[in-house]
Amino acid sequence: MNAPRTLFDKLWEGHEIAVADDGQSLLAIDRIFLHERTGTLALKALSKAGRAIRHPQRAFCVMDHIVDTKPGRPALTRMPGGVEFITATREAAQQAGIRLFDIHDPRQGIVHVISPELGIALPGLTLVCPDSHTCTVGGLGALAWGIGTTQAEHALATGTLRAERPKTMRVLFTGTPDPAVSAKDLALALIARHSVTGGLGHAVEFAGPAIEALGVEGRMTLCNMAIEFGAFTGMAAPDEKVFEFLKGREFSPKGELWNQAVAHWRELRSDAGARFDRELKLDCAGLTPQVSWGTSPEHAVGIDAQVPEPQGAAGRREAMQRALDYMGLKPGQRMDELAIDAAFIGSCTNARLSDLRAAAAILEGRRAAENIRAICVPGSMAVRAAAEAEGLHRVFEAAGFEWQESGCAMCFYAGGDGFGGMRAVSSTNRNFENRQGPGARTHLASPATVAASAVRGRLADPRALTWA
Amino acid sequence: MRGIVSGVAAPLMRRNVDTDAIIPSREMKRVSREGLGEGLFANWRYKDLAAREEALEFVLNRARYRQASILISGGNFGCGSSREHAVWALADWGIGAVIAPSFGEIFQANCAQNGLVAVELAKEHVAALAAEAERRELRLTVDLAACEVQGLGATPLPFSMKPREREMILKGLDPIALTLEEHGAAIEAFQKSDRAARPWA
Ligand code: SF4
Repeated sequence: MNAPRTLFDKLWEGHEIAVADDGQSLLAIDRIFLHERTGTLALKALSKAGRAIRHPQRAFCVMDHIVDTKPGRPALTRMPGGVEFITATREAAQQAGIRLFDIHDPRQGIVHVISPELGIALPGLTLVCPDSHTCTVGGLGALAWGIGTTQAEHALATGTLRAERPKTMRVLFTGTPDPAVSAKDLALALIARHSVTGGLGHAVEFAGPAIEALGVEGRMTLCNMAIEFGAFTGMAAPDEKVFEFLKGREFSPKGELWNQAVAHWRELRSDAGARFDRELKLDCAGLTPQVSWGTSPEHAVGIDAQVPEPQGAAGRREAMQRALDYMGLKPGQRMDELAIDAAFIGSCTNARLSDLRAAAAILEGRRAAENIRAICVPGSMAVRAAAEAEGLHRVFEAAGFEWQESGCAMCFYAGGDGFGGMRAVSSTNRNFENRQGPGARTHLASPATVAASAVRGRLADPRALTWA
Repeated sequence: MRGIVSGVAAPLMRRNVDTDAIIPSREMKRVSREGLGEGLFANWRYKDLAAREEALEFVLNRARYRQASILISGGNFGCGSSREHAVWALADWGIGAVIAPSFGEIFQANCAQNGLVAVELAKEHVAALAAEAERRELRLTVDLAACEVQGLGATPLPFSMKPREREMILKGLDPIALTLEEHGAAIEAFQKSDRAARPWA
């Protein structure tokens, strides 16, 4: 009998080509995804060094970061300085002979949304991308992590990467969450409790009944935030829901290969008795929708709570005070009384079809409050088309939301439109200073909470609207 | 000399200094690694971004630290976005080593790829260094060969680094050439058997 292994052990060992004396592994890389912001430099550097891409058919590139999201966008971009990135990317991808999903390709979208949607990310594969939220596709049971540009060069040239084997952690989500408590709320609650360094040095498996009950897209939301937890990556064991999700996608295996793949994927779960270096538990029962008050994802509380008093060791206390100053808040203020200027649904965290449905369910028959800038940027053009097929765009528009095209620009402030100087409730993953525009104050929340807050004009508990 | 960084240490004692703060997205103006130092910490360093008017209280704008080559900071330095531009910007401005209790993982790997020394020290030691650097002009030496930080008192502070990353910096190795040279045959062999085992992959 083999010793019981974790899901992570199986994925890692299945790709380990060699282990160096110092314990670093050389791993086979199955898929490399690039985007125009960080990937193009890797392509350019390779070609300058006269190096070829080892498996061009396993490398993909998309324009997502600095493309306009306003409807009727041009084939270039209006972002300051963006044109150079777009033209250089087209040139470099063509020269390298890799597939590029360009601005007007119906498959265009945020890299971590389209890689599962196209069947490029699959369970059991290693996938890397010079982007920190690559861990999103761990929700399919892939081993996926963000790398730097120089590492991307290495992966492209050799089909491998060197990496230090992380420790393993399992986070068990027990109990049944309230129907209004989504994957995003679980992620924020976990990070608030265990801090943004809670997962440092670990590959984290999200498990337990609440994870099994989540849809595939919810698992991706949770894994998306693994990097905000400081983890090397996050993942969840693939199950029938995942196979169903992937079946028939453009790059998914077909016919006999599909059957073989699924048979293999069924083995991808932690064996009974497998040991983790660390185990955490989080009881979902009684959790309320979460919302962040500060400038770090760990600065999150229940929507029914108050802005906390700076506390803890000196470093932490100062960081909290700084965050309060930046956010213009005082301890003791009620979160659900904070008036907002903007509401944003978008990003690789929460802009898939289920997220748009959750928001639309709240917005149906309602309108965003006066003077609120409300925007929905679907995670991909395919999500956008699917939402339109259901008529969701009409719900958003009737509620006063701008219905935009897909991309990253409003999530990280690409330099064009943004939430500069505004207080925004946002379905994104980072509330860092200036992240969504100069002086922008971002409150992270679930799509349902964003929608409810837009309607009320203040941060709002979605349960008050759905079940009132 | 590779792996030796000597110079003035500047204290930037904040936790979770993220890569958006190190180099804001809109400061990444070209498809290039060069010239990013101007955008380093732009949101903190400039009072008026467009006019590049300096915020005088920001540490790197203070006379004592204008030539700093070592940055001391709080835990989880370099968290957030994977942009390698953060490392390029620090290096371009003149920072050769960052000392902190912990680092964002991708940032740390990016440092090694670019010869920037990311020194992990215990919180108390980081705090002591920062306090001293705040009080007076503190000149430190980060010696990667010896794995020590020298310059605070008589006893050097030892640190550790992943051996591979240390060697890469010390020898200035080209990681791609190294991998192909050391493991070329193993990579071929792996691919062959993997194609048979996972033909869909
Ligand atoms: S949507 Fe935001 S977090 Fe996601 S990849 Fe784009 S910029 Fe990064």
